[in-house]
Amino acid sequence: MQKKSSVEIVTEWDIVAARQLGRNKAKEIGFGTVDQARITTAISELARNIYLYARFGNIHIEWIEEGDKKGIKIIAKDKGPGIEDVRKVLEDGYSTSGGLGAGLPGVKRLMDSMEIQSEINKGTTITITKWLR
Amino acid sequence: MSLKVPILKLYDCLIVSIQWELDDQMAMMFQEDLLSKLYETEAKGIVLDLTFVDFMDSYIAKVIGDAINMATLMGAKVVMTGLQPSVAITLVELGIHLNSVSTALNLEKGLEQLQKELGV
Repeated sequence: MQKKSSVEIVTEWDIVAARQLGRNKAKEIGFGTVDQARITTAISELARNIYLYARFGNIHIEWIEEGDKKGIKIIAKDKGPGIEDVRKVLEDGYSTSGGLGAGLPGVKRLMDSMEIQSEINKGTTITITKWLR
Repeated sequence: MSLKVPILKLYDCLIVSIQWELDDQMAMMFQEDLLSKLYETEAKGIVLDLTFVDFMDSYIAKVIGDAINMATLMGAKVVMTGLQPSVAITLVELGIHLNSVSTALNLEKGLEQLQKELGV
């Protein structure tokens, strides 16, 4: 099995491709149906953010291991406008798109951890992980 | 390349079962199809069955929620049925509650509920 794969996000069809890849990876790693749905949904939200705000970028999906723990790591990377106030986008109900998308707090709740690196006019990298229980 | 979501008329209800993963365009097309079918058939109720949907993100949830609100505005009663546990869990964790939507455990219970609401 390939440990790493990635999907370029350019059109809205790529959002579908990214989440399908994520679901397949999650299944291969051994996640149950609920976690598969969580991972698929989180990827879909991040891919949509790229498509909406940055126009293009990529979603990188990786099988990770730490000791005897197995998990999945997803990196969503774009060279878009960046996030002005990272703390603010992590508040529930904050949106700049007028209500489209549940936002990053929702994605964070679906996963075990989330890390955001962003620089204005340079881009954003969001890393999310989930461990197999 | 998009597949259409089939919308069937049964007495004065429309039965809709989403059987595959919706992409953005399919979801938008579904919204318009449902409303025009409602207008054409003068159906009184809609059962929207999601038994086969194994994932829903905020966009698809919004399109479906909007479609239900629009159909309600037009005068139809709508019941959403068959949501899988994994979909219910992810929607609520994501922060999407669809509070105003009438729901039932499965298609059969949804039809019964709709008949009651319509006073049949």
